[in-house]
Amino acid sequence: MKTQGRPFEILLVEDNEDHAEIVMRSFRDYRVANNLRVVADGEAALDFLFHRGAYRDPMRSPRPDVILLDLRLPGIDGWTVLKEIKQTEQLLRIPVVVLTSSDNSVDIAQAYDLHANSYLVKPVDFVKFTGLMKDLGFYWLGWNVNPYSHGPV
Amino acid sequence: MILLVEDNEDHAEIVMRSFRANQGPVRIVHVTDGESALDYLLRRGEYADPEANPRPSLVLLDLRLPKVDGLEVLKEIKQSEELRGIPVVILTSSQAGIDVRMACDYHANSYVVKPLEFTKFTELMRDLRSYWLGWNVNPFVQDGSG
Repeated sequence: MKTQGRPFEILLVEDNEDHAEIVMRSFRDYRVANNLRVVADGEAALDFLFHRGAYRDPMRSPRPDVILLDLRLPGIDGWTVLKEIKQTEQLLRIPVVVLTSSDNSVDIAQAYDLHANSYLVKPVDFVKFTGLMKDLGFYWLGWNVNPYSHGPV
Repeated sequence: MILLVEDNEDHAEIVMRSFRANQGPVRIVHVTDGESALDYLLRRGEYADPEANPRPSLVLLDLRLPKVDGLEVLKEIKQSEELRGIPVVILTSSQAGIDVRMACDYHANSYVVKPLEFTKFTELMRDLRSYWLGWNVNPFVQDGSG
């Protein structure tokens, strides 16, 4: 597993507290150093990524190495967040993994149309959910190459 | 089924051996240049029959390819309404920042560097398969061949 001399930054956009808890616990146990930050709605996600509002200080909102994004969010929804990320030059290279309860084919197609990197359906089973988080971490933080770690953007 | 676009025969052999080493058969179609990759995906020429040439669940795409290079293939896939949902993983020897950034700009789903060592390469193939063919949901009806 590659290390970069700094912990991996993960942004989880999730309003369901139970799901957020499972993700947090999984990444806490992860053997590679990481900071998992959670925002519970679309507006907070955009504030975080654009360093606005409560996240004006970029130290509080470092650019994530991967974004885990639910679609159904209060206020500004996951679709808007996804669109904004993939249409913004400084953000579009960040892998966005849609992590949602929906297995609806229209949602799946739309996510890929908006250039989501990956689409995952949250397992109902807790053990499976934890297993998914482990594989997700290994893949996106271990194998996938971070486009921002190679010199100036 | 996986479409492997790789002009280096040794690397292609390693990919295919690694997949065979992991549990269960998965069909791999191997092409050695970008034009053949597009022929396959667009069902042109010898690949016209959709039953014989099912849409892949994953494309492993090298960058430096004869005829049409990897970035061009990537662009075509991601601009096509029909094809853009297919996960494309850049699988290359290049660690050059410019390559990673351009691949991301053209919406590659992922970018991984080929490990030099066979055991590691096998691990990567195992994890690629388990993630992209196991966990990831792609927008097409699975044809059962993985």
